[in-house]
Amino acid sequence: MISQPLRNNAGQLKVSVWRGDESGGRHVDYDVPGLESQTVLDVVTWIQRHSDPSLSYRFACRVGMCGSCAMTVNGVPRWTCRSHVRDVARSNLLTIEPLRNLPVIKDLACDMSAFFEKWDDAMGRFHPTATRGDDVEPIRPGSIGRREADAGIECINCAVCYSACDVVAYKQDYLGPAALNRAWTLVNDVRDAARGARLRAVASDAGCHSCHSHQSCTTWCPIELNPTASIAGLKRQSALAILTGKISLDDE
Amino acid sequence: MLFLAQRISALIMAPLALVHLVLIVYAVQGGLDAQEILSRTRGSIAWATLYGLFVIAVSVHAAIGLRAVGQEWLKLQGTLLNVLTWGSGLGLPLLGFRAVYAVVAG
Ligand code: SF4
Ligand code: SF4
Ligand code: FES
Repeated sequence: MISQPLRNNAGQLKVSVWRGDESGGRHVDYDVPGLESQTVLDVVTWIQRHSDPSLSYRFACRVGMCGSCAMTVNGVPRWTCRSHVRDVARSNLLTIEPLRNLPVIKDLACDMSAFFEKWDDAMGRFHPTATRGDDVEPIRPGSIGRREADAGIECINCAVCYSACDVVAYKQDYLGPAALNRAWTLVNDVRDAARGARLRAVASDAGCHSCHSHQSCTTWCPIELNPTASIAGLKRQSALAILTGKISLDDE
Repeated sequence: MLFLAQRISALIMAPLALVHLVLIVYAVQGGLDAQEILSRTRGSIAWATLYGLFVIAVSVHAAIGLRAVGQEWLKLQGTLLNVLTWGSGLGLPLLGFRAVYAVVAG
């Protein structure tokens, strides 16, 4: 419980916000009162409520679950609802821009379509082996496959990793860390029926083998997942599947 | 399938590169001059095989690596990209085998 109202004792924040749309834009400066405890999303909301109601941005849960509030803050992709100003501002200066690697719709809101389409391309959907008539399959939490899957399962689809990845910037069709991380969790799910087809999908030219393992995704993922490790797993498993003849890339 | 060739050539290249480095240090430390080195390598099938394999692995690996650099950094596509890939993939073995020939033939 907050016993005292938050005081304006952190001075003024100088906030430079990117305003524009797909045809271009520029930075606009705002003065925002600093608070003792304040997230970057609070700052953006303050600007929209008090300075310019036409500012567009996206958020929903405000507690780090929905993954909709990611923006580039002082050059780094972050979930803004859980990024405290005191942790990310440089001497009361904040630069807030839309995520990199995604087309801007307006101001801080990006078009996430390509990001989610790539989840489909990487076969990010679960393909069940059982029907509702079957018994629930017992899964041992300690089994290797389950531990691998659990390590990547908490992704909130925020696209921070996608925005941080240079290969996405280089290669339009690269599936990206989040979609590949998702594929890895399913490759390790014994209840899934599409292992071969999925390994084939991620071994394509735009898939896991394009990753340079430079770990920007892992550095900035707010949930502290390790997509680089998941992708390394996909590289191993898909190469193994090709070498043992379990999948073939011939008809590509 | 290029990525597989890339991985396999790396697997072959890594130990050979180590052997090559150790050899350089050994030759320099041991004070071997060019004549002494050549007297050991000339006519040797073992050295020819070792360095021949090295040249092939390097050529495959470098060509695929340069292809990725060309694609991602220089935004090359189509013919230009193929010229870079095949140019390095054929040019490197040309240089490499010339050198191997020079030390083992005769
Ligand atoms: S490790 Fe791979 S997926 Fe992650 S940022 Fe680097 S290239 Fe992108
Ligand atoms: S892997 Fe991490 S950074 Fe990438 S979308 Fe999921 S939660 Fe966000
Ligand atoms: S608003 Fe939902 S994660 Fe930030």
